[in-house]
Amino acid sequence: MIQLLAPDGTRTPDAEFDAVLQGNGGSGVGSDEDADSGPLDSPERLRGYYRDMVMIRAADLEATSLQRQGQLGLWASALGQEAAQIGAGHAAREQDYLVPTYREHGIAWARGVEPWRLLEMFRGISHGGWDPNELRTHPYMIVLGAQAPHAVGYAMGLQRDGVVGTGDQRTDTAVMALFGDGASSEGEVAESFTFAASYRSPVVFYTQNNQWAISVPTSVQSRVPLAQRSRGWGIPSVQVDGNDVLAVLAAVRTALDAARAGEGPFFIESVTYRMAAHTTSDDASRYRPSEEEQEWAEKDPILRLRRHLEQLDEIDEDFIARCDEEGHDLAMQLHHHIHGMEDPDPEGMFEHVYSEPHPIVDADREDYRNYIAQFDDPTDQEAGR
Amino acid sequence: MSSTTLPIAKAITAGLRDAMRADDRVMMMGEDIGVLGGVFRVTDGLHAEFGDLRVVDTPLAEAGIVGTAVGLAVRGYRPVVEIQFDGFVFPAYSQITTQLAKMHYRTQGRVRMPIVIRIPHGGGIGAVEHHSESPEALFAHTAGLRILAPGDSQDAYWMTRQAIETDDPVIMLEPKRRYWLKGDVDPDQRPELSPWQARVLRPGTDATLLAWGPSVPLAMESAEAAAEEGTDLEVIDARSLSPVDFPTIIESVQRTGRLVIVHEAPVLGGLGGEIAARVTEQCFYHLEAPVLRVGGYHAPYPPARMEHAYLPDLDRVLDAVDRALEH
Repeated sequence: MIQLLAPDGTRTPDAEFDAVLQGNGGSGVGSDEDADSGPLDSPERLRGYYRDMVMIRAADLEATSLQRQGQLGLWASALGQEAAQIGAGHAAREQDYLVPTYREHGIAWARGVEPWRLLEMFRGISHGGWDPNELRTHPYMIVLGAQAPHAVGYAMGLQRDGVVGTGDQRTDTAVMALFGDGASSEGEVAESFTFAASYRSPVVFYTQNNQWAISVPTSVQSRVPLAQRSRGWGIPSVQVDGNDVLAVLAAVRTALDAARAGEGPFFIESVTYRMAAHTTSDDASRYRPSEEEQEWAEKDPILRLRRHLEQLDEIDEDFIARCDEEGHDLAMQLHHHIHGMEDPDPEGMFEHVYSEPHPIVDADREDYRNYIAQFDDPTDQEAGR
Repeated sequence: MSSTTLPIAKAITAGLRDAMRADDRVMMMGEDIGVLGGVFRVTDGLHAEFGDLRVVDTPLAEAGIVGTAVGLAVRGYRPVVEIQFDGFVFPAYSQITTQLAKMHYRTQGRVRMPIVIRIPHGGGIGAVEHHSESPEALFAHTAGLRILAPGDSQDAYWMTRQAIETDDPVIMLEPKRRYWLKGDVDPDQRPELSPWQARVLRPGTDATLLAWGPSVPLAMESAEAAAEEGTDLEVIDARSLSPVDFPTIIESVQRTGRLVIVHEAPVLGGLGGEIAARVTEQCFYHLEAPVLRVGGYHAPYPPARMEHAYLPDLDRVLDAVDRALEH
């Protein structure tokens, strides 16, 4: 398992990945052309990852509170997976296309999806509130594994567009397909391996093994480490410590660079832990021991990076307090935003069913309108709804 | 080139070729569609003309085929997917209903899904199990999908072109047992009638016979036989199954007072039931008889030596017409 930061924050030297983090690695591509040049492990960058992780954890905890207050129908917490997501999110280049599942709040943050867009989904305002092409980020996927072939298809499109293996880092593009340990058992993931391997498509499969698929442990999904699963397809793979932001960053950056260079697909198993229950509707105490949760709390990804920064003497109480404060402010913004959110007009359910006019949808909308219109009193109209 | 005579399969081939020539984002995907030209040879010659990147022999994995087509569409391509036989669409059913049909809705119109899924459908070819299904109701039930069912060569050509031009996902149900039925095609003259509208093929006064795809020739044959006995049937080719063109059907039934629907799919839960319900609602005072349906039975599609009894035929259609007229 690739690990650059031990749980106590100590950095282990690694010739290959240190070079990648310093911008000199990758597959024969010059760092001079790097669109986001400069070492990925500079103290400033490290503090940035720390801040990102603190922010998404604050948003995550607030979302759980909002669900408890009845403001969200559901929340799927990503607590504990911050490094696995922030590291992977920052490993991608702007032009890359990321294909997430529904617990990818750190990925969303790294790609510039406003956090309230996520809450909007879990409140029931929309099924997905961002522009996938603008943010180069696919909508959250609820049907597990179904997004994997979309990622491969997009990658096949990149090959046809001639933006793979040109040697120009601003042009070369790859796709990252994200899914969990449970979804790795889905047939569509296996089929995606097949397509990606056959066509040597520029896609990195990135699974966060958070140890639990609701109540089922990873051992039921696979008798071998998940990382081994792709090898029968001839897709090389590595296992990385998902609670180590630097290891994730280095491993994913390496794999994406290779994919962009035309070296084909890659598979990464990121070993992490789902610190909260599956969702706010779940009770993890029914199936897993609290000792296990305790054990993983010691490996907390935020704590680990903070310890590392302390060892480097690159973090102080001021910065830590400022991050906490910003996290608190974000939580408050979300709180007010959600509490002030109006329910959409139900007529919106008829929008975008098709992109071109469809008489059945039009007729149903008309029926709905006429039904509502028969109530003169607005209170009755509410009741009608 | 003006009007030419082509079998339905070749009319589709011509439609695919012309669509690929007109737009280089159009591409074909499916099992055995490349060098072989498809098991029905519908993509014959396309690989030679357009190459590997635009005519893609895929791995044998239907969910993967449709799923990758979704990703290609996000990237701006217009994939045309061939499902080899109707019974093999089900591994892709989740991708079609949970992803393809919903992506435009999910993204609030930001991502379009200009994907065509071609399915040779229906029975009557003496095939083994899973090669003779009529799953149109399953797709018609799913909002977000469109369905076209050409019944002749002209529609086969133009519906192929128009399905590919549409920004919504379209299921093209190709009448496989009529693939070699010849008819006139005019590739230069874009038809005036929208692909989403039904067509009255034969005007009549005594009852309306509604059919689509492979049942259209049967409906016409039935009307000719009925005419010999002095019964004047109106025949409508539904053409589009999502949306169904209800106004054309309703206008006809309001004149004739009787409707018999013919389809190969099982009657229970079939699209004919939905049409019967809507017609009853909107033609209640015009109806002289209950809407009758002739279709498959509530049994799995039988082994080939029994299929003649399962499929609607001339006698069963005329029997239903008689029952409607006796009311």
